[in-house]
Amino acid sequence: MLDYGFKEEHTMIRELVRKIAVEKVMPVRAELDEKEQFPWEILKVLAEADLCGLYIPEEYGGFGQSVLAFCIATEELSRVCGGVGVTFAASALGSTPILIFGTEEQKRKYMPEIAAGKKLAAFGLTEANAGSDASGLETTAVKDGDYYILNGTKQWITNGGEAEIYSVIAMTDKKKGARGATAFIIEKGTPGFDFGKKEKKMGIRCSATRELVFQNCKVHKDQILGKEGMGFIVAMKTLDLTRPGIGAQAVGIAQGALDEAIKYAKERVQFGKPIISIQAVQHMLANMATQIEASRALVYSVAKAIDNGAKDYTKEASMAKLIASDTAMFVTTEAVQIMGGYGYMREYPVEKMMRDAKITQIYEGTNQIQRNQIGLSLIKESARK
Amino acid sequence: MDIIVCIKQVPDTTEVKINPETNTLIREGVPSIINPFDENAIEEALRLREKHGGKVTVITMGPPQAKEALKQAIAMGADDVALVSDKAFAGSDTWATSYTLAQTIKKIGRFDIIFCGKQAIDGDTAQVGPGIAEWLNIPQITFAVKVELQGDKIKVERLLEEANEVVEVPLPCMLTVVKQINEPRVSSLKGMMKAKKTEIKTFSAADVDADPLKTGHNGSPTRVVKIFTPPPKGGGEMLCGSTEEMVSSLISRLKERKTI
Repeated sequence: MLDYGFKEEHTMIRELVRKIAVEKVMPVRAELDEKEQFPWEILKVLAEADLCGLYIPEEYGGFGQSVLAFCIATEELSRVCGGVGVTFAASALGSTPILIFGTEEQKRKYMPEIAAGKKLAAFGLTEANAGSDASGLETTAVKDGDYYILNGTKQWITNGGEAEIYSVIAMTDKKKGARGATAFIIEKGTPGFDFGKKEKKMGIRCSATRELVFQNCKVHKDQILGKEGMGFIVAMKTLDLTRPGIGAQAVGIAQGALDEAIKYAKERVQFGKPIISIQAVQHMLANMATQIEASRALVYSVAKAIDNGAKDYTKEASMAKLIASDTAMFVTTEAVQIMGGYGYMREYPVEKMMRDAKITQIYEGTNQIQRNQIGLSLIKESARK
Repeated sequence: MDIIVCIKQVPDTTEVKINPETNTLIREGVPSIINPFDENAIEEALRLREKHGGKVTVITMGPPQAKEALKQAIAMGADDVALVSDKAFAGSDTWATSYTLAQTIKKIGRFDIIFCGKQAIDGDTAQVGPGIAEWLNIPQITFAVKVELQGDKIKVERLLEEANEVVEVPLPCMLTVVKQINEPRVSSLKGMMKAKKTEIKTFSAADVDADPLKTGHNGSPTRVVKIFTPPPKGGGEMLCGSTEEMVSSLISRLKERKTI
């Protein structure tokens, strides 16, 4: 990997997370995947190592609000297990709305426990009929005095059921369309708030994905994030900020697959020599490595720009997520190909990496939506000239 | 509760290679780590501190680069560390090493428990811990797998080959621990930041009032006559087939080799 001019603390974070990933995650990743078992043990280790608050300011118990630090940690975890990587990252997704739009009181109430790793957060936007088109939301929040009554179902919510704190988008005024959505903080255990079945997934199988079910769930108006009607802005700003994290997850998955492919190609002897000495294989590895480094460079650049105070980074955040996730799918597929029959077997880790990679092209905005976003930004930029 | 943990920095491999010409360990290119059993010792000390309060001081005797091991101990959560380092200590065997560490512990002063790993993975002697206890004239319990503090006494379960043995001793005492006692924690980020900033204090031979006749090569009765790599064992052979087939095949092979 290129020297990206990291600060010493970033190098330290990488080494620490790498150590945890190799020592604590690698030995259990296949089993967690097979049993679809939530990685609580690993989250505990991450919490004890002070790694749950990398993106949270120190005044709220974190390590200092760095998207780059968070990306590095997500990358190194995902390099070993994409499922553990997303579980770690989804808590940031769920708590970012509180960080950006929460009142001082809300931040003081929720962030320290999240930073300490005592509680997980989750983000509830997607519904059965509202995926890429978030304006189709059907979950409603009807005002009733100082409270709102929520009804509806959120679908495919990462960390659903395991998390304690949920940032949920619901329609407070359907007539207003996009301006009629509102974001709420809802705690697990609130009456009327329940969970649907745990989904069975293709990849990232140790992560928990559930429905959030609201049936006359009464939430106090103090739980609103930002103002009534700001729900979509909360969602969009949050996703802008967390997209580099998905990019980092994808870079990690890809790097993990490249690591395995190289290791295998050096050991595997065919035609009397290790297959890494065959040019066809070298070219495959070269393409994989090149794409990974390009993706990583963009992810880090966007993360650094955000940390340095960039205001408008929607386009670049989308680009980072797009290139990294397409790279993850490409690289993991090639890794399986290089390893041939071994790669296809569940005894070896790359088939899991290929399954894990696919979701990075889908969640937090499909790659088609990312391209829309980038296209829209290009049009806006050209109009300004 | 004042706890002292004695650790050793060792090469990170269980397969230490030996230079056949000089009969010394090849250390080039081998990264150094805290002796794994010593990590268990640190962990146990930290757990006792978390339960009963107090202070954990980690010490090591070694060259200046052993500071890295002490920094890792801080990152894990040690309150204080000290390096005992002096050219005069070169060539120390377990006798001189345990003397030097005991002198250092006397210098530090207060302690209730001393923890050591059961042995180092490079020398494999398992003598330094017990040696320290003897120099300090305190009880020692080796191979601890479970530790329970009961007032001014400590109840310890020892992991032996055939059975576990439970013993009780008054404090202060010295314990060596086996790896089954716990799982050492991973360093924390805040600990690592603290370690980075910490200036490691170093004691010289004079600082710990070490008798020159008891330290280093002079103080070491052990003489290494020869170090060598034993010839590799030949590979085994697995016999297949039914029991009768395997037995007859085995007997014919043994006869072939004139073993029977």
